[in-house]
Amino acid sequence: MQQSNTAILEVKGLSMAFGGIQALNQLDLKVHGGEIVALIGPNGAGKTTFFNCVTGIYTPTAGDVLLTPPGQKTTRLNGLKPNVIAKRGMARTFQNIRLFQNMTVLENVMIGRHCRTSSFILGAIFRPPHTRREEQEIVDHSYAILEKVGLADVVNDFSKNLSYGQQRRLEIARALATEPSLLLLDEPAAGMNPQETQELDKLIRRIRDEGHAVLLIEHDMKLVMNLSDRIYVMDYGRRIATGTPQEVSADPAVIKAYLGESDDA
Amino acid sequence: MNFAEIRRALGVALWFVFLTFPLMVIRVDSIESTIEWRWMNMLWVAVGSFALSLLTSWYFRRREAAVGKVSDKPPLAVRLRTWTADPARRLPLFGALAAFAIVFPFLFSSYQTNIMTTALMYVVLGLGLNIVVGLAGLLDLGYVAFYAVGAYSYALLNTHFGLGFWTVLPIGAALAALFGILLGFPVLRLRGDYLAIVTLAFGEIIRLVLENWNDFSQGPSGISNIERPALFGIELTLNQSITYLYFLMLLMVIITIFVVNRLQDSRIGRAWLALREDDIACQAMGIDKTKTKLTAFALGATWAGMVGVIFAAKTTFINPASFTFLESAIILAIVVLGGMGSILGVIIGAFILILLPEYLRALADYRMLAFGAILVTMMIFRPQGIIANVRRTYQFTRKDA
Repeated sequence: MQQSNTAILEVKGLSMAFGGIQALNQLDLKVHGGEIVALIGPNGAGKTTFFNCVTGIYTPTAGDVLLTPPGQKTTRLNGLKPNVIAKRGMARTFQNIRLFQNMTVLENVMIGRHCRTSSFILGAIFRPPHTRREEQEIVDHSYAILEKVGLADVVNDFSKNLSYGQQRRLEIARALATEPSLLLLDEPAAGMNPQETQELDKLIRRIRDEGHAVLLIEHDMKLVMNLSDRIYVMDYGRRIATGTPQEVSADPAVIKAYLGESDDA
Repeated sequence: MNFAEIRRALGVALWFVFLTFPLMVIRVDSIESTIEWRWMNMLWVAVGSFALSLLTSWYFRRREAAVGKVSDKPPLAVRLRTWTADPARRLPLFGALAAFAIVFPFLFSSYQTNIMTTALMYVVLGLGLNIVVGLAGLLDLGYVAFYAVGAYSYALLNTHFGLGFWTVLPIGAALAALFGILLGFPVLRLRGDYLAIVTLAFGEIIRLVLENWNDFSQGPSGISNIERPALFGIELTLNQSITYLYFLMLLMVIITIFVVNRLQDSRIGRAWLALREDDIACQAMGIDKTKTKLTAFALGATWAGMVGVIFAAKTTFINPASFTFLESAIILAIVVLGGMGSILGVIIGAFILILLPEYLRALADYRMLAFGAILVTMMIFRPQGIIANVRRTYQFTRKDA
């Protein structure tokens, strides 16, 4: 878990307005290689909007999103399409699970391999040797990821038939298949029981150790405090605090945002 | 069977008697200016609908009883697949099918062969539309436009430039694919109902252009004397030509099945499915939505274009009336009835929808009524289509086991 000094993701002055509503206001954020960073804040603080802006689902109204995968050039992601961003090395999961329900678990992960493979119509029809090899690579790689997240027993099930916790892990597996240098997790522990959360903690550490930086939105404070190297706290679209878990949990602004202001303060 | 069900069935019977009264009971003889009252028909309708109603409630009761019990029976498609996987069954089955298909034109009249050729054409059209609707989930109500593009490219290139069938077949396919992309661009951002409306309009535009641009397409009077396909320059009689077209279509069906089957289990086929399931997640996972949608439209249209060329060669006469919205609707019905995404389902669907009305001719006036009733019944009892699509399964040996 060596921390490098180059920021994989650097967000500068990111703003997003929907009509008159300023969902994100001058937000700065950095994620370095080998780091687990958490983004927390009360409901409606703009965390998911932040993810959507960074991954290209929304085009931010102002600011810069810069991605520098290890050993590669920096790219400005503003205005790029989500699929291009995924190919550049950033993948995400969704808060409200968005799996391909009528596809098998394995096929869901195989979709993640799409941007790292290239066979097209003629390859599909004639299946020359290199397409067969590629197809085999997709299957093997996907299966290896499923083994890692503990879904190897259900590879041929439709993803809609999985339990909630399994679906969350499948989302992570699918994102990992795109070989991201940065993985964005949107409330990965939502709806999980304590034991599943424990396993998730281990899984995220393992993902980090295998060389993917992680940025997560999470409401489970125990998980966040245990797991994160650094935390960003948001409220009303602004960054109100940042630092290590200890620093953040002692910050008066954070306490105010979460618990409200007391009369004698 | 309880009292409530019988009472309900009686109600249904009465309602049907009322509904069909003008149609089934009264007959106006316009020559003698008399009205004929056919009371016996009323009795048949009553008895028939009463029995049917009881049958349906029995069926639904049984199905409700089955809910909750985990069925250990895999879906029909899976059972079929396991059943045919055994080579001892597979070879005779496919052998028999192939033999039947080959001797068919020699066994039956040229009329029958002609009908079968038409059915095979709709198999290919269904499989083509299945790419767009069944796999990529893009509801296309203007599919017949591509069929028209294919047919008119052969008709026009043949009458004006004397190009032969085999030259135009790929040209027609390419032109249809081009039109598929042309349609694809404006609808890239659309989904669901909106997409359906635009594609419907597209189909109508193509038909209206063909109908009104007299200098180009000779309008509603159509183009006649189109050449039948040649067989290495040999002149064929009409009957030989019918047989030839039958085999041509058979070959086409085999190629289509092969290609669509391979596409389904490929990188691009999976991308289509992902697009159907969730387009935001599909983009976020690195799939280029534009490219994926356009390939679906283009590849779907290609088949319609080729069948269009064959259609023009088969009938030797085409006019815009062959390419109405009803055609699109029938092709879509083939896909939905057969089972979206399922190749075998679409084939069966095409045979049912095209052959059934032909063989129901014995029922004379009631043929379309019976046809409609069969369709409605099918959709009530098997809403997922005759054969629901199943995905490929993979076997792994666990490393850590």
